[in-house]
Amino acid sequence: MATDLKETPLHAEHDAQGARMVPFAGWRMPVQYEGILPEHRAVRASCGVFDISHMGQLFVEGPKAATWLERQLTNAVDALAPGQAHYTLLLHPNGGVIDDLILYRLAGERFLLLVNAAKLEEDTACLRDRLDAGVHLDNRSADYAGLAVQGPRAADVAAQLWPEHSALPDRNHVRILATPQGEAFLCRTGYTGEDGFELFVPNAMATDLWKTILAADVTPCGLGARDTLRLEMGYPLNGADLSPEHSPLEAGLGFFVSLAKPVDFVGKGALIVQREAGLPSRLTGLIMPDKGPPLRHGYAIMKGDEKLAELTSGCLSPSLGHGIGMAYLPSGHTKPGLDLEVDIRGRRFPVTTVKKPFYHPKKS
Amino acid sequence: MSIPQHLKFLESHEWIATGHDPAAVGISDHAQSEMGEIVFVELPEIGREVEAGEAFAVVESVKAASDIYAPVAGQIVEANEALGNEPGLINEDPYEKGWLVKIKPAAEPAWDQLLSPEDYEKGLG
Repeated sequence: MATDLKETPLHAEHDAQGARMVPFAGWRMPVQYEGILPEHRAVRASCGVFDISHMGQLFVEGPKAATWLERQLTNAVDALAPGQAHYTLLLHPNGGVIDDLILYRLAGERFLLLVNAAKLEEDTACLRDRLDAGVHLDNRSADYAGLAVQGPRAADVAAQLWPEHSALPDRNHVRILATPQGEAFLCRTGYTGEDGFELFVPNAMATDLWKTILAADVTPCGLGARDTLRLEMGYPLNGADLSPEHSPLEAGLGFFVSLAKPVDFVGKGALIVQREAGLPSRLTGLIMPDKGPPLRHGYAIMKGDEKLAELTSGCLSPSLGHGIGMAYLPSGHTKPGLDLEVDIRGRRFPVTTVKKPFYHPKKS
Repeated sequence: MSIPQHLKFLESHEWIATGHDPAAVGISDHAQSEMGEIVFVELPEIGREVEAGEAFAVVESVKAASDIYAPVAGQIVEANEALGNEPGLINEDPYEKGWLVKIKPAAEPAWDQLLSPEDYEKGLG
């Protein structure tokens, strides 16, 4: 394996557990331990933990931090009280997506941006270019490890491991923890559709924390299960489902785009033009109910002889037992219940458009 | 898992059973382990003629689709129908129940062109 890959503070743990390691976004990451299917099921039925140390942490602070971020990101920053978080997007001026991220408001004028590993450099460069006086941007990704604990048992695990702390923060909230190694962040967020929390801690804390969590009968999970879990929820993956070629409105993320906020964020003008002209396409859910090969990125979605689009993501849904995928289908072909076909190595299989999410987590 | 000694290998991880005509073909224990849970197998039509090195089947795990190459030239005379309902047989038993097809070689295969179990394992590093 290429030696220029970065390793997370937990790499020795992964190797010791026999994880299968793969290159991902410049990192050497575990794709699976025991297997994608048992790990997926553990998160849906019980609890799993993911090493997400590859993700990027950008800190933004200063007297103008909030008003500056309001101009960079699509969601309404002023809707966040200190301690709250939301999903938001960073756009090109033409409305195409640079990255999707979670914005945590740590204090009135102090924010944490949790960004995709593959986009950390581009995000940082883009935000630096747009930087104003009174705003300080600090890329601290190299200092922080990340652990995502996800599953219906996650809150019980937290209560069992840290009885001295009160309950987890509420959904989409963050709590700052003071530790001897420095600040840590406990966030009630995730990428699986299940309840759970994400911990961003100084690197030196990662191994002990990982071992403590595993000792609470939590299943170590790799990027493979992370992908099938997020796809069952219809959550987009940047680089696959999101790209500079499509706007967040086409991606169905209008809920996270505040066209109503008075500030002109980068890309807003283009989105208003696109909305008024009508969206050219919509990221649409597709299912393949019959037995067949798993749906995968790149497969053509056909209507008769006409190729409508290519799948941006696809998999055999472990929870549902059939194929699921997403594609930017042209307007007029995005309503649920439309019968189309997928071309897999020259063979055609029936697929049907559906409303996302594909899977509804059981209420705990 | 120890490799049965009557098998010969390609570097691309396929095995073929020697001493039988037609000869069973499958993928190695190492290959199934690398792929992870196998969820679908696309097998060729019976009667199809294949060249040595030709992709004739696709084995799909949750994560990826892998082409499977013919170790020898010949005709596909049987396909493992059990894999239709139980593709995981390849994970459980790659050298017996998880066989893919049986090939009737077009000529006596050049067995010494294929890897012995020892040489195949050495190549895995």
